[in-house]
Amino acid sequence: MALDSKVPKGSIKDKWTEYKNHINLVNPANKRHIDVIVVGTGLAGGSASATLAELGYNVKSFAYQDSPRRAHSIAAQGGINAAKNYQGDGDSTYRLFYDTVKGGDYRSREANVYRLAEVSANIIDQCVAQGVPFARDYGGLLDNRSFGGVLVSRTFYAKGQTGQQLLLGAYSAMNRQIARGKIEMFNRHEMLDVVIVDGKARGIIARNLVTGEIERHAAHAVVIASGGYGNVYFLSTNAMGSNVTAGWKVHKKGAYFANPCYTQIHPTCIPRSGDYQSKLTLMSESLRNDGRIWVPKNLEDVQAIREGKLKPTDLTEDQRDYYLERRYPAFGNLVPRDVASRAAKERCDAGYGVNATGEAVYLDFAASFERYGKEQAKIQNISNPSAAKIKELGQEIVRAKYGNLFQMYEKIVDENPYETPMMIYPAVHYTMGGVWVDYNLMTTIPGCYAIGEANFSDHGANRLGASALMQGLADGYFVLPYTIGDYLADDIRTGKITTDSPEFDAAEKEVSERITFFINNKGTHSVDYYHKKLGKIMWDKCGMSRNADGLKTAIEEISTLRKDFWENVNVPGTASEYNEQLAKAGRVADFLELGELFAKDALVREESAGGHFREEHQTEEGEAKRVKEFQFVSAWEYKGAPKDAILHKEELVYENIEVKERSYK
Amino acid sequence: MNLTLKIWRQKDASTKGQMVDYKVTEISEHMSFLEMMDVLNEQLVNAGEQPVAFDHDCREGICGMCSMYINGEAHGPDRGVTTCQLHMRMFKDGDTITIEPFRAASFPVIKDLVVDRSAFDRIQHAGGYISVNTSGNTQDANATPISKHAADEAMDAATCIGCGACVATCKNSSAMLFVGAKVSQYALLPQGQVEAADRVQNMVAQMDLEGFGNCTNTGACEVECPKGISLDNIARMNRELMKASV
Repeated sequence: MALDSKVPKGSIKDKWTEYKNHINLVNPANKRHIDVIVVGTGLAGGSASATLAELGYNVKSFAYQDSPRRAHSIAAQGGINAAKNYQGDGDSTYRLFYDTVKGGDYRSREANVYRLAEVSANIIDQCVAQGVPFARDYGGLLDNRSFGGVLVSRTFYAKGQTGQQLLLGAYSAMNRQIARGKIEMFNRHEMLDVVIVDGKARGIIARNLVTGEIERHAAHAVVIASGGYGNVYFLSTNAMGSNVTAGWKVHKKGAYFANPCYTQIHPTCIPRSGDYQSKLTLMSESLRNDGRIWVPKNLEDVQAIREGKLKPTDLTEDQRDYYLERRYPAFGNLVPRDVASRAAKERCDAGYGVNATGEAVYLDFAASFERYGKEQAKIQNISNPSAAKIKELGQEIVRAKYGNLFQMYEKIVDENPYETPMMIYPAVHYTMGGVWVDYNLMTTIPGCYAIGEANFSDHGANRLGASALMQGLADGYFVLPYTIGDYLADDIRTGKITTDSPEFDAAEKEVSERITFFINNKGTHSVDYYHKKLGKIMWDKCGMSRNADGLKTAIEEISTLRKDFWENVNVPGTASEYNEQLAKAGRVADFLELGELFAKDALVREESAGGHFREEHQTEEGEAKRVKEFQFVSAWEYKGAPKDAILHKEELVYENIEVKERSYK
Repeated sequence: MNLTLKIWRQKDASTKGQMVDYKVTEISEHMSFLEMMDVLNEQLVNAGEQPVAFDHDCREGICGMCSMYINGEAHGPDRGVTTCQLHMRMFKDGDTITIEPFRAASFPVIKDLVVDRSAFDRIQHAGGYISVNTSGNTQDANATPISKHAADEAMDAATCIGCGACVATCKNSSAMLFVGAKVSQYALLPQGQVEAADRVQNMVAQMDLEGFGNCTNTGACEVECPKGISLDNIARMNRELMKASV
C-alpha cells in the first residue's frame, strides 16, 4: 500500500483552516448514535475522551491504572510550550514551528508541526479556563520559562508539576462527561487486541485486570493514546506499567509502525545506583535554566572525587569544565536534549564521570544562588549583604521554582542539592517513533487513530522540551475531534456495531489462547528476567550511540532471547484473577518483538539524526551528520517476524523551512 | 541488611486475609521500598509462589497509585514521600516491617495490598471540574489577572495526588483533606467561582454517600500527606459549604 499523508494543499498558514472549512461534519443528533473507543487517559487520551464526549459521541475510555488521573503524563515536570509571545521576545507561530522542525533534526512532517504550533496558544487559554493553576508573576499574569533548543521564553509551567496539573485538568473535563454518562470509564482494563471488521477498526478486546475477564467492546472508531515504548529498555523514566501493547497490536493488524529507532535519551536524570534498580527518575530540563553542567578538568580530581577525598565544591572555577558552555556558546546549557546527552556520554566515556560507576556529571546551582541572591538583596534593600545571606536569598528563589525537584532528588540520592551539586546522567525518556498516522492522525487501518506519544508525526528525530504536553493536548483537544468527524460522517447510517461476529470471536480466541499459554507454560525464568536482558541489549547496542555491528548483534540477540522467552517464561497464578505477572508477560512479549524492529530500523537508517546517532556518521567535531537520502519516514509493515517487516518510505518535503545543518554553537 | 516482613495477604475481596511472614536478605540501603518488594516477589515467583500484589506505577511520587501502610503509617516512616519514594535507609538490619493495605471501609481490598479507591473518582464526578467546554473558544489566558498569592495557594491545594493516605491515616477514615484540596483549588481561582456553591455541596454529599467519616481536627492527615496538603483546606471547604447554604 502506498503511503498517503493526506496533507491538504495550499499555503502552510492556511492548510488547517481550509481543511476545517471543508471536512464533513456529523450533526449533533447523529453523534449520539456513534461510539468511539479511546485507549489511554493521559494528556492525549484524556483530552480526546472529554472533547469527543462533549461533542456528543458515546465514548468508552480505557486505562490500566485504577483511575484516569494516574496516566504517566502526570509525571511531566517542566512545562508546556505555546506561541503566546507574552514575553514580547519575538515568539510567533512560525518560530515555534521552525524550532520544532529544526529541533527534530528535519525528520518531522512540516504540515503537522505547523498545525501544532498554530493551536498551541489555544491550549493555554483552555487550561486556564479549566482552573489549571499555572505560575504567575506579581502582576497576576502568566509566567514563562525557557527550555532547550530555543531562544525565547515560551514555556508555561506549574512549579515542577506541569504534567500533573494539565492531566488533572483533562481528568476534570473527563469527570464532567463521566457524570453526564457520555464517557464510560473502564479503569484497570488493558487493551489486548484491535478488532477489524470489513477492513475498519470496529472494536477492541480488553482484559479486566481485577477479575481476569476477557471483554469485547465495539465502536465505530478506535483511538490509541497509550503513550510511548521507552520501557523496551527496562530502565527508563516511564511508569512501571507503560507499554507498547496497544500500539503493537494495531501494528500487527495492519497499522504501519514509524521510526521506531527515534528515542529520546534525556540528559538530566538521576544516575542509576545498582542492579536492583527498577526505574530511573528525571530531573526536569527546566533545571538547565538555572543549573550549569560540568565535570572536573583534570582526571586526578575526578579520581579524588570518586574516592571521596575531594568534594565538588572544593574545585575552583578554573578546575571545572563547563563543557556545554565550552562547546556550544550560543545555547550553552540549553542545547537540545540529544546534544546534551551525547556530550555527557562523551565526557564520561573519556573518564570524567564523577560517581563510582563513572556515569554522572554535575548540575550546579551555585551561580544561580548568587545571581538571584544579589537581585533579591537589591529588591529588599539589604546593603552589603554577606555571601551567606546572598546564598540564602538566592536559594529561596530556586526553592520557589524547583522546590519539589530538589526534594525529590534529596529523597532518592540522600544528598542536599542546595549544598552540593546534583549528579545527573542521561536516561531513556520519550519515544518520537510510534504508530504511523496521516494528517488526520489516522493509522493505515481505517478508523484506527493514534494520538500523543503513541504516534510519530510531530517531533522528528528529537523532541524539544515542553513539547510533549503541547502535542498531547493539541491532538486530543483540538485536532482529533475535527479529523475523526470527517471519517465518522460516513457512519451515521451504520447503526450499532455488534460484538457478536466472527471477527470478534477470532480476536478473542487469539487473546485467550495467548493467556492460557503463559499460565500453562510453567517455565524457569520470571518475566522480569527477560525484560532486564532485553533492556541491557537495547541500552548497550541501541542506546545513545549505535553502529552497524552492534545493531546486527542486537537483532540476533533479541531474536534468540524471544525464542527463549516463549519456551521458558514462568507466569505464576491463574488467568481469572488479579495477576500482575500475567499482564507483564504480555507486555514484555510485545517489547521483544518491537525491540528487534527497533534495531532493524536503526540499522537501515545509515545517518545520524537527532536521538539516533550512528557512529559511522558524525562530523569531525563529533556532531550528528544527516544524510540527504534519508529524508524520509520509515514506516514498517508487519509481515510476521520482525525480520520480515517491509519498509515503506514517506518522503519528507520542506517547503517552508530551509533544511540546514543543525547547529547550536 | 536482612529483614522480616509481615505482609497482609488476601486472595480477593471476598476471601478473609491474614498476615504472613517473609524473610528478605542482602537488601541495600539505597533501594527504594518497592525495589525491596520486587526482590521479595522475584524470590516468590522463583519459588513457585504467588507474588504479593501491590499498586504502583510512576515510582517517582506523583501518580498516587502506591498505597502501603507500613509500620502503622501510610507511606511508611519518612515524611513528605509516597511509598515508592521511601528508601531502605530508613530501616536497619534485623528490622521487622509490617505492611498492610490502606485501611478504610470505603477502600475495599481487591487483593493483598491493592485497594479500590474508586470512591475518590466518584467524588470528583460529583463536581470536581469547571463546566467549560474544551473547544478552546475561551477568552485569552491573560484576560483575567489572578494574584500570584491566590494562584500559588491554588497550586498548593491542586498538588494533591489522590493517593488516599489521608483516609488511611484518619481514625474516622475521613476524606476531607482530599475533598477540601479540590474544593479549595477552584474556590481560590476566579474561574471556579461560578459553580462554587453547587460544587462544594455536591462533592460533600457524594463524600458522605461513599461512607467516609467526619473530621475531628486531629491533623494526622496533614502529617502523613506525602504532598503536605494543609489542614487549612478543610477549614476552607467548611467555610465554602456554609457559604453555599446561606
